[in-house]
Amino acid sequence: MVPSSHMNSTIFETPDRFAIQTVALTRQFGRLTAVDHIALKVHYGEIFGLLGANGAGKSTMIKMLTTLLPPTSGSAEVGGFDIVTSPAEVRRRIGYVSQLLSADGALTGFENLQLSARLYGLDKKEGKARISDALNFMGLTDSASKLVRTYSGGMIRRLELAQAMLHRPAILFLDEPTIGLDPVARHTVWDRLLDLRQHYGMTVLITTHDMEEAEMLCDNLAILHTGKVSVTGKPGELRAGLSQDATMDDVFAHYAGEAIHENTMFGDVARIRRTAQRLG
Amino acid sequence: MLRFIRETYAIVAVELIKLIRDPTELVSRAIQPLLWLVVFGQVLAHVRGIHTGQVNYLAFITPGILAQSILFSAIFYGIAIIWERDLGVVHKMLVSPAWRASLVFGKAFAAGFRGIIQMVVIYLVALVMHVSIRLDPLIILAVLGSVMLGSGIFATFSLIIACIVKTRERFMGIGQLLTMPMFFASNAIYPITMMPGWLRIAAQFNPLTYLIDALRGLVITGGTSVYGFGVDFAVMISIFAVLLFIAVKLYPTLAE
Repeated sequence: MVPSSHMNSTIFETPDRFAIQTVALTRQFGRLTAVDHIALKVHYGEIFGLLGANGAGKSTMIKMLTTLLPPTSGSAEVGGFDIVTSPAEVRRRIGYVSQLLSADGALTGFENLQLSARLYGLDKKEGKARISDALNFMGLTDSASKLVRTYSGGMIRRLELAQAMLHRPAILFLDEPTIGLDPVARHTVWDRLLDLRQHYGMTVLITTHDMEEAEMLCDNLAILHTGKVSVTGKPGELRAGLSQDATMDDVFAHYAGEAIHENTMFGDVARIRRTAQRLG
Repeated sequence: MLRFIRETYAIVAVELIKLIRDPTELVSRAIQPLLWLVVFGQVLAHVRGIHTGQVNYLAFITPGILAQSILFSAIFYGIAIIWERDLGVVHKMLVSPAWRASLVFGKAFAAGFRGIIQMVVIYLVALVMHVSIRLDPLIILAVLGSVMLGSGIFATFSLIIACIVKTRERFMGIGQLLTMPMFFASNAIYPITMMPGWLRIAAQFNPLTYLIDALRGLVITGGTSVYGFGVDFAVMISIFAVLLFIAVKLYPTLAE
């Protein structure tokens, strides 16, 4: 699927390529190999899940694909452009919702969106129209003039999705977007994500260690374990491949392994707790 | 160029909104220069132990205290940058296609407005204390330019430190370690001619010295620039350009 109907076709129509393609993508931090020769292909229009416990390499993978972190070796193309040689082209084609809460609490919802509109080069008239659309799409129109620090966790996540979709990116990267949210807010975020795909044809790469989320949202997924891909496939196929009555939790435990919790880094735990704390 | 201006404006606009919405930091930072002028300045003026040429001591230290306020408010700007890193704001900025130079310059430019508020406070206090201030509009414009440039230098320096240390705890330690030596190794509260040789050499490598020298020539009636405005601004603009270049290179490492 080529996401061109709502977007600038000269930028986004690249039918002969994958939305995301990595070849032996590797990142080392000193002696630690966080991502180890990962090869992935994500089709345009699909929601692809990267699963794995804390420290499995999900966030490092997303940081490399969003050009925040250079790979140690290997290569990756996002939206048809190399992340190392054409980072500016990649950035124009992607939206990103970080694991951290990046909406500025000291600004209103509208002001946060206005900042994004300006950074993405939308002119005043177009920016205003897109902001209005995005607020409406995410159900935040009535809260647009309120300071974000007064928002609930679910509202903040929806605002961040609105920021990430404002420039109509071809590919959306979501790093554990529902972490710390209550079940109602989590379901609202899922609904909005599915709406985004349906309305705008966006490709979504989402990291999570929530199996319900993976099953609910993802067309395909890859389970990472200690920086390597343990398995890839559709959620249903992975369950069926294990046993007739296997759940996604069983799939996760089988492919991610028991030892994962021992690899959880202090920084990961601290970051998750900080995000959860901000979400109230 | 238009793109650079648009992106810089985006950053400056956000910083100004936040500044207007919560001016607590500005109010607290205005207290310290008040103490320096009202207490330290007046006491030392009575002692008459420091020879300041044609101008009295209170007038002599007024530009020094203005520069000190600029330094102290800008040098801790990096804390806000680290805070933005911890919140993921930096990541969001860096994933956007905005030029890194616009993001960094926007931050430096916004810091200038904090400096201008310090300038207004010090001008008011100095006038109340009968310090002879030059109020020629062109001179005030030149002072505004110096304040913006000085703030930009120290805010960019602070951003570089933030990019290197990456944590608030480490930053606080280094910030404290840098500010007082920079202040005392400058011509803020005594002329360079009074310094021992080694300190005089250190002062000549200190950007604060050139900011104070320019301000002393501009702000007070009868004040003169020892190095000349040409040298002062050439040094400051060169330092700012070098610091900007380094900061633009280092800023993306905050998201790694």
